[in-house]
Amino acid sequence: MSELDLQSASVEAERHGETRRMTLNMGPQHPSTHGVLRILLELEGEVILKAQPVLGYLHTGIEKQCEALNWNQVTTLTDRADYLANLSNNLAYALAVERLLQLEIPPKAQWMRVLLCELTRINSHVVWLGTHAMDLGAMTVFFYCFREREELLKIFEKFSGQRLMTSYIRIGGLALEPPRDWREPVENFIKGFPAKVDEYEALLNANPIFLKRTQGVGTLALDRLLDLGVTGPMIRAAGLGWDIRKAEPYSSYDKFDFKVPVYQESDVFSRYRVRMEEMRESAKIVQQAMDGMPEGPHMADAPHVVYPEREKMKTQMEALIYHFKIVTEGMRVPVGEACVPVESPRGEIAYHVVSDGTAKPHRVFMRTPSFGNLQSLTPLFEGRLIADTIAALGSMDFVLGDVDR
Amino acid sequence: MLPETLSEEPLAQAIEAHNAAALRGGLRAVGELSLEIDPAHIVDVLRMMKQQEQFNRLSSVTAVDWYPVEPRFEVVYYLHSLPRNLRLRLKCRLRGDAAEIDSATAVWDAANWYEREVFDLFGIQFRNHPDLRRIMMPDDWEGHPLRRDFPVHGHKYSYQNE
Repeated sequence: MSELDLQSASVEAERHGETRRMTLNMGPQHPSTHGVLRILLELEGEVILKAQPVLGYLHTGIEKQCEALNWNQVTTLTDRADYLANLSNNLAYALAVERLLQLEIPPKAQWMRVLLCELTRINSHVVWLGTHAMDLGAMTVFFYCFREREELLKIFEKFSGQRLMTSYIRIGGLALEPPRDWREPVENFIKGFPAKVDEYEALLNANPIFLKRTQGVGTLALDRLLDLGVTGPMIRAAGLGWDIRKAEPYSSYDKFDFKVPVYQESDVFSRYRVRMEEMRESAKIVQQAMDGMPEGPHMADAPHVVYPEREKMKTQMEALIYHFKIVTEGMRVPVGEACVPVESPRGEIAYHVVSDGTAKPHRVFMRTPSFGNLQSLTPLFEGRLIADTIAALGSMDFVLGDVDR
Repeated sequence: MLPETLSEEPLAQAIEAHNAAALRGGLRAVGELSLEIDPAHIVDVLRMMKQQEQFNRLSSVTAVDWYPVEPRFEVVYYLHSLPRNLRLRLKCRLRGDAAEIDSATAVWDAANWYEREVFDLFGIQFRNHPDLRRIMMPDDWEGHPLRRDFPVHGHKYSYQNE
């Protein structure tokens, strides 16, 4: 049938009070999927009858590549899975391997990890907020958010030399001694940040369009979310105050004083509120980490695992030998398996690391929050209006690199 | 009869009391408890864990390939109990020529995509799975990339002479 015939057929059908089912292909290049996600929608009028996500467009076989690299090299791949929360990924991997190695991490490295992971959380939430608000038609928020993101990326660059793929958290501690003047930009950012969050909220909290499009939209009961494997802010917006930083503290999170925001409504707006408050709490954690930053080494005392200092390599025989061994053969990890859950900005991230005693991991499985959270897409969409899809999709806050790996 | 390594573990005792044929072994290493379950009884054990032991979350399902050792596949289930703040790893060993196991989707919906992923990347079949299709690789892909005998480079096409 030509297009004209189709049109007249649908007009004819409407005249007789019939409706036709339509299959709509959303994506893989849809702007609100923030990556390449394809969703097959079956519609009756404006109501979605069936929603079927099609994944794999960003599958790069990271887990397979991990098996071909040595333990230290894998760190660089963990950055590339969730490219908005790379330091949380680094940390989850490092913690798992450190548990196998039974390494003691010096307090300074632990506190610095907390500081950087919280800056990562702010960074990720800021990008989420900007794009989510833009999807819902609030353009200004996007520019405000990316203004703050730029500051954060400059901080990451100061620490690691990289803006995005930092790989700064390594097995045994940190990649480098933090730069001498790291406090100033962090201090400046944290001082001004609560006022910036006020600015975002001033643009959105009383915005009638934003409220209409988010309140009561995309709801799902808590037990359904848990059954589907959803974690992170989506769970906390459904009334359960579960945060891995509190429940199973890692990297001395138990020494920090912060609140876990909880909302009951489990709609798009409450997910927004949870993330906004999380940003404020993260800023407080960063302030605490800065005030109480311990002195000491940034790497564990484990010469068979950690690269020796540059100066020692030039003066000490042992340091040179260890460096040569680690670079040429790679360090060895005892046989076993470990998995340490970490609260990433999106939820539970855990690396299941299996070692067969050689210089390369036998298996690295990434339990990524985006993959688990995206499973809730079908129940969030089906039986709802097509106009609400964008709001519901944005509220999940997934990163396709994290889903497909 | 519980092995000596597990005699102090209440979760192993619970499985033993529920279904004596299910538990095959296990150990606690680096602070994490893993139990090996007979593949024929896995859904029974998972359901018991959910209903009696308060393990209300299935965190993930994955697999490990120990090729060329047989049984080569290890299907790994990560359970998490929010009320008890406990985590548990269950494992099932499968032979390469009988890589088939019952699906956990009857107990948790979360198993759906994780099992599809294991099916796609390892070629392990899940019985009674509602929608067992490839999830990461294209539908017409040959082979299962995360198997240890699948090459990291040079699958099918070689670009060396170009």
